[in-house]
This record gives sequence, C-alpha cells and structure tokens, in this order.
Amino acid sequence: MRIGTIVNGVVLDHIPAGRGMELYRYLKLDSLEYEVALIKNAPSVKMGRKDILKVSGDIDLNLDVLGYIAPGITVNIIKNSKLIIKTHPKLPDKLVDVIRCNNPRCITSCERELSHVFKLTDAESRTYRCIYCETKAERAKGF
Amino acid sequence: MRRGLIDILELSVEEIDELIACAEDIIANPEKYADKCRGKKLATLFYEPSTRTRLSFEAAMLELGGSVLGFSEAQSSSVAKGETVADTAKTVSCFADIIAMRHPKEGAPLVAAMNASIPVINAGDGGHNHPTQTLTDLLTIKREKRRLGNMTIGLCGDLKFGRTVHSLLAAMSRYEGNHFILISPDELKIPEYVKVEILDTGNVSYIETDGLKQVIPELDILYMTRVQRERFISEADYVRLKDTYILTPDKLKDAKPDLSILHPLPRMNEIPAVIDSDPRACYFKQVLNGKYIRMALILKLLEVV
Repeated sequence: MRIGTIVNGVVLDHIPAGRGMELYRYLKLDSLEYEVALIKNAPSVKMGRKDILKVSGDIDLNLDVLGYIAPGITVNIIKNSKLIIKTHPKLPDKLVDVIRCNNPRCITSCERELSHVFKLTDAESRTYRCIYCETKAERAKGF
Repeated sequence: MRRGLIDILELSVEEIDELIACAEDIIANPEKYADKCRGKKLATLFYEPSTRTRLSFEAAMLELGGSVLGFSEAQSSSVAKGETVADTAKTVSCFADIIAMRHPKEGAPLVAAMNASIPVINAGDGGHNHPTQTLTDLLTIKREKRRLGNMTIGLCGDLKFGRTVHSLLAAMSRYEGNHFILISPDELKIPEYVKVEILDTGNVSYIETDGLKQVIPELDILYMTRVQRERFISEADYVRLKDTYILTPDKLKDAKPDLSILHPLPRMNEIPAVIDSDPRACYFKQVLNGKYIRMALILKLLEVV
C-alpha cells in the first residue's frame, strides 16, 4: 500500500496494531482540514503488525500527551521533506490539563481556573495521581 | 523555609522526632515558650465544622503568646460570595503570619499553599489528609510507650474512609519492628491502594481480621475510629455498620495491662463512656497532646524555636 510522501507534517509510527483509530480520535484529527492517512495492520519487523498515522500540515503536537497515551510510538516531524525530529515520547513526569480528575471530592471539582495536574507515581504500572487528592487517573481507553 | 505542612510524609522521621522532642520540652517548660510568638498571627480558615482541631490550633497559638483570627464556617467568609481558595489564601497572607486550613474538598490546603506567601498547615481536607492529627497520635504513642517502633498496633473500625488511619499507617510504617492488625468489616477494609503503596511497598508486617476480641490480647496500641456518617452515600449502609466494633469492658478483659487506647475523636458508640476511667484510655490525653504538637509545629514553621 502506498501513501504519498509528506512535505510538512508528522508521521506517528509503531502504534500498536488496532489502536491507530483511538489515537486519531484522541488527537481530534477529524477536526483538522489537513490530509490525514491512517494505515492499519501494516507489517512490522519489530511488532509484527502496527498502525501508522500520517498528517500533512503543521500541527501542534503535545508530546506529553502522546507519551501518556501511547508511550513507545515513534514521532517523526518532517519539514520541507526532511526528517527534522525523530523521537519516542516517554511517559511524562507531570501532565497539566491533559486528563481531568473525576473525584467529586477533589478541589478541582469546584475551584475556578485550577489546572488539573497529575504526577507519575509509578512508571512501571504507568500510574498517575492527581496532585491535589491523589486519585488515580483512569487510562485512556485501549492504551 | 518550609512552606507549610500538607501531608505527614513531607516530614522526615528526623523532623518528626524533632517536633516530638520540642513538644515534650513545651510540656516540661511551658513558661519558656509563653512569648515565642508575640506579635505573630495565626489565621484559622475552617470551611467546615470542627471543635477539637480549631480550638487546639487557637489554644496553641495563644499559649505561644500570639494571636488568632479567622472564620469557622464557609458561610461567614467571602467563600459565600464565590471567592476561590487561591484568592482567599493570597488575601489572608496580607493579614497573618501562618494559616491553618480545614476544607471539605481534598487538596484545598495544597491550593492555598501554592498561592499563599505564608506557611499553610492542612488541618484536614475531606477524607484525604490530616497531618496534625497524625503528629498528635505519634506524640501520644511516644509519651505512653517511650518508643515509636517494635509494637503491635491494632487499627479498628472504619479503615476505608478514615483518613487518620491511612496517615498513621504511613507514618508508623517508617519505624522498625511495627506489626499492624487491621480490624474491620469487609465493607470498611483498608483500600487496596493503601495496601499496595504503603504496606506492600514498605514490606510492612500486617494482617487483616474482622474480629476485635480475638486479637486484643496481642495489642500494645488500639487505635479506634468512628464510622463516619458523612462518608456514606447510603444511610442504610451507615446504620448497618456504625455499631460494628464497640469496645466494651468485657473485650478489654483480655487486653495487656499497658495497652494504650487511642481515638481521634469525636466518638460515637465505639467507645462507651464507661471505658474513660480505665487507665488504658488515652484519647483525652491525645487531645491535650494535640495542642502541644501544634505549638511545636507553629514554632518550627515560623522559625522561632
């Protein structure tokens, strides 16, 4: 299967097979007017099968978000047909306004203009806790 | 300068030992401390009712020669007009030298600490943290046993919602040789995350049981808790469980003669008044100790020791 090369944009590679659509939704790519390609079940030496997302155009990617919802994927940023950044986003130590605290007893449920901040408390189990009430974050579905 | 105290685990074992030593020196030599905080003001910002904690903070500051201002319910403050905790903390920083805050929402004192320019002490945030209660418990255990390690400690009652239990477990787990017996009905057992993050991670020795009478002979400390109505969504569940563990003279028959019975108070039915005259009852001594440890904490945070 051939998809055209990108002049300016992003390629998200090594997405676990079958999860590309979830990432597509999470990044709200449906609301962009750029060309977007989702390749499902592409053959991969490392993973057997993988998904790939290609976005043509300058998009503002939050690597912390990517690191949180899909650690281990490869992010390629392309400018003028050249690969300028290739990175594997890691689990970030802190997430600010990426996920919301669902604890109704948490101060974030009523204090105006208070950011929802989560800290990584256990990298092995990928556990994040709200810094205010220590409630465990619920994982993004599928990741 | 330390910014305040939000969670008991912010204090190292050495700092806790220093606070306990300071509190014991205050008890022995109160006159030495009578003017330490002259000219300093404590703001007590209590967004929900409290008798012991608020009066204990106020008495502590007054006995240090300082003064006190604040409010004891949210409706008598600008909160009624919709003011945020962040703005209240900034405002109060203009008038006082230190804040003690109780709030029904978890994390509110941390928000205050992030916005205040003066130290903030968490005086209880919902079912979350209550570090000065834990300091009170530690001072009481130290004064009764002359040690904080090598004991069998029974925690009885509501171990699910009881914030004092989780904080005490975290604090006492750091001392060597302690064994915990967690006594509760199934519905009120210690939450899984407390087991994993405090007990299992720290290789802490513990067992869980639903019977108080069977284990009472083993205990050096019995920490009773109230089954709190406000933590239940269903009134029926509260009524069904509230009298589950009542400490009767009969149950105490088999207890060690030097057992220390603690309770964070207020109590409901779990300790009948007849137990108060038993020399092993320490819960009113605990109240008094709470004032002394808060005096020590205020001195430390204001750096006037």
